[in-house]
Amino acid sequence: MGKKLLIQHVNVPNIHTLQVYKENGGYASVEKALKSMTPNDVVEEVKKSGLRGRGGAGFPTGMKWSFLAKPEGVDRHLVCNADESEPGTFKDRYLMEKIPHALIEGMITSSYALGAKSSYIYIRGEYFYVARILETAIEEAYAAGYLGQNILGTNYSLDLYVQVGAGAYICGEETALLESLEGKRGNPRIKPPFPAVAGLWGRPTVVNNVETIAAVCPIVMMGGDEYAKIGIGRSTGTKLISASGHINKPGTYEIELGLPVEEFIYSDEYCGGILNGKKLKAVVAGGSSVPILPAELILKNDKGEPRLMSYESLSEGGFATGTMLGSGGFIVYDETTSIVKNLYTFARFYHHESCGQCSPCREGTGWMEKILHRIIEGHGKPSDIDLLWDIQRKIEGNTICPLGDAAAWPVASAIRHFRAEFEEYIKNPQGIKDVKHYYNVHQLA
Amino acid sequence: MAKVTIDGHMIEVPDGTTILQAARMIVEDKDYVGANIAPPTMCYYSKLKTSGGYCRTCIVKVTKGSEKDPRPMPKPVASCRTNVMDGMEVQNLTSPDVLEARKGVVEFLLINHPLDCPICDQAGECDLQNLGYGHGMAKTRYDFKRRTFQQIDIGPYIKLHMTRCILCYRCVKTADQITDTRVHGVMNRGDVSEISTYIKNVITNDFSGNVIDVCPVGALTDRTFRFKSRVWFTKPMDAHRGCTKCSGKVALWLKGTEVLRVTARKNVWGEVEDWICNECRFEKKNIHDWTIEGPRHIERQSVISANHYENLAQLKLDVQKQQKQLSALK
Ligand SMILES: Cc1cc2nc3c(=O)[nH]c(=O)nc-3n(C[C@H](O)[C@H](O)[C@H](O)COP(=O)(O)O)c2cc1C
Ligand code: SF4
Ligand code: SF4
Ligand code: FES
Repeated sequence: MGKKLLIQHVNVPNIHTLQVYKENGGYASVEKALKSMTPNDVVEEVKKSGLRGRGGAGFPTGMKWSFLAKPEGVDRHLVCNADESEPGTFKDRYLMEKIPHALIEGMITSSYALGAKSSYIYIRGEYFYVARILETAIEEAYAAGYLGQNILGTNYSLDLYVQVGAGAYICGEETALLESLEGKRGNPRIKPPFPAVAGLWGRPTVVNNVETIAAVCPIVMMGGDEYAKIGIGRSTGTKLISASGHINKPGTYEIELGLPVEEFIYSDEYCGGILNGKKLKAVVAGGSSVPILPAELILKNDKGEPRLMSYESLSEGGFATGTMLGSGGFIVYDETTSIVKNLYTFARFYHHESCGQCSPCREGTGWMEKILHRIIEGHGKPSDIDLLWDIQRKIEGNTICPLGDAAAWPVASAIRHFRAEFEEYIKNPQGIKDVKHYYNVHQLA
Repeated sequence: MAKVTIDGHMIEVPDGTTILQAARMIVEDKDYVGANIAPPTMCYYSKLKTSGGYCRTCIVKVTKGSEKDPRPMPKPVASCRTNVMDGMEVQNLTSPDVLEARKGVVEFLLINHPLDCPICDQAGECDLQNLGYGHGMAKTRYDFKRRTFQQIDIGPYIKLHMTRCILCYRCVKTADQITDTRVHGVMNRGDVSEISTYIKNVITNDFSGNVIDVCPVGALTDRTFRFKSRVWFTKPMDAHRGCTKCSGKVALWLKGTEVLRVTARKNVWGEVEDWICNECRFEKKNIHDWTIEGPRHIERQSVISANHYENLAQLKLDVQKQQKQLSALK
């Protein structure tokens, strides 16, 4: 059994209540931080822990916190990004739904570290029932004196609010989230300025993912150095992975970073192998945005070494042969999957979710979807593959926010690794309905 | 102050200057000889705060970040929203990557554009036409149905052809920054975003006519000028009148002595010099309302310029360029 820090008590009955949560060691980090540490001490521990953002980009959290501007007389804010809309990712929901106090405890301890007096949890519209769970938990925390004026008799005070979004993926991008939180249209801002300088209502703001914030509690409890011993290299600690697709045991798992991918897929502790004993064809390792990898490249890197579930190992080989840990949305495809159809689904998503501010993403995402639609409907042209490649290339790196890249990478990687399947699809559209066909193409590749 | 080099031309500019502004300063220098190295702009407007960053036509490559940190920037940057650093080196026309990426942007801007220039009032003074001509491809690779919208009259003066809009946000920022209230904005998202008013609201605000001038394409046009004439058959004159609301300094677009249209005066970068009020723009269509100053200078390369197509040598070069592009496509 790997180490568990976030969801070890998930099966304790009524762990969603403050009382049971406390009985299992909950809110100890608030006690410890507020009563025996300065805010700066907390930041230092987080720095030492090597914790990296769990929202997708993997930016070191301690460093992000230390960039927060602290002008005199200006409020600062901590905003939790609970927008979780990346296809394949459902780990934050699991944590908030099962153990809401883990997030609230993390919010209090982190807000204390940052000197925030009011903090926000921005949650996606479709999670309205989770928002209710959080609100109930927040009420409990106020009643128990963990929120509000003079928390635990100290002179630290904090108010915590939950804001429900209206269900737009783009509002997970941190500056679009801030716009939406301010009550405006959720368009990403043009940076600079960065939120650390001018964020919510123009004030210095830190935006962190749910899991990032929850991980601050064990870090404060065990100390940054201890936390850094868990995991591998610069990928410290544990990570929640939401596994879905053709596996025997889909669900959310907490892993120690550094676990071999092969073990994650095949061991009974985690995914439990491929459904119906079929063969593994491909994996999207970190949510729909990250490059898809064929079986041989996800299990082993280009040097033939086993690939591990860590930031470094998954990105080994760059985009030519590697991918990214991303948000931890682990989607597994068996040999019957059509990569082309899967790509169409992704492309449709990004087209639908583009905010429309910048031309390459606004126009390019729709164009790619139309071409892929034509291909899966059996009207594709041989030149379409190169055209798709060229469009994604002209979107990538040339947009205001990373949604443009997120739309481009799946297209690029599918063509890079499964070009033969696209060609076959276009040559033999009848084969679309024949599942075995994909099996054969895979054998060829 | 910061020293920046753009396409090999060095200039010293105050801190906080953007790459685009620096490039324009190089070109504006009276001693400057050379190509127009100022990146094309479709959404940036120097008179509108927070404009720019959307269209991505002004992208450039930063090959050296600064004297202190000489690393190149990993991605192309929007020159209209990126400040110069001391020692920065930038490539615009000299970078094949930039030209290629810009070609992509032009293509994106055009795939859903109706290309109805023959019936568009903006033709001849359209930034998108110019951009397509200068940086685009000769042929489109887009063979799907284009997005369409109903055209609407927003108030008595302004016509909105949403099909032509490139979502540059200039009109939104104009309404925010120079009129009392904004009654229009961007609705919906992605490629079905549209500029619209809230349920048939009308734009009548005193300075609202300026949205027509800032619109780089024919999405917002002057209803009082609609289909009156192609702009290149009109004669532009600088004129003024004593106006209590604005400077009263305008450009009149005449046919004989008939005032077909009144607009603000635009500078070499296509930006208005002074905002004008709706009274000057829409209500003063009699030549006696105005004191004529003299003919307006029009750049020779502009389509409006009478002799534009008489420059046969240039025309030949342009045709050759197009043919080369077309054969490259085959
Ligand atoms: C289109 C888009 C969607 C995103 N969605 C989310 C999201 O749902 N949840 C999240 O935590 N981060 C999301 N991010 C990343 C955030 O912008 C930001 O990097 C993150 O919240 C930072 O938190 P972290 O440092 O704790 O990871 C998204 C980014 C983009 C570009
Ligand atoms: S990349 Fe897409 S989602 Fe991001 S700002 Fe541009 S249009 Fe909006
Ligand atoms: S209507 Fe014109 S000015 Fe307004 S966003 Fe569209 S193109 Fe820009
Ligand atoms: S002019 Fe710079 S992005 Fe549009």
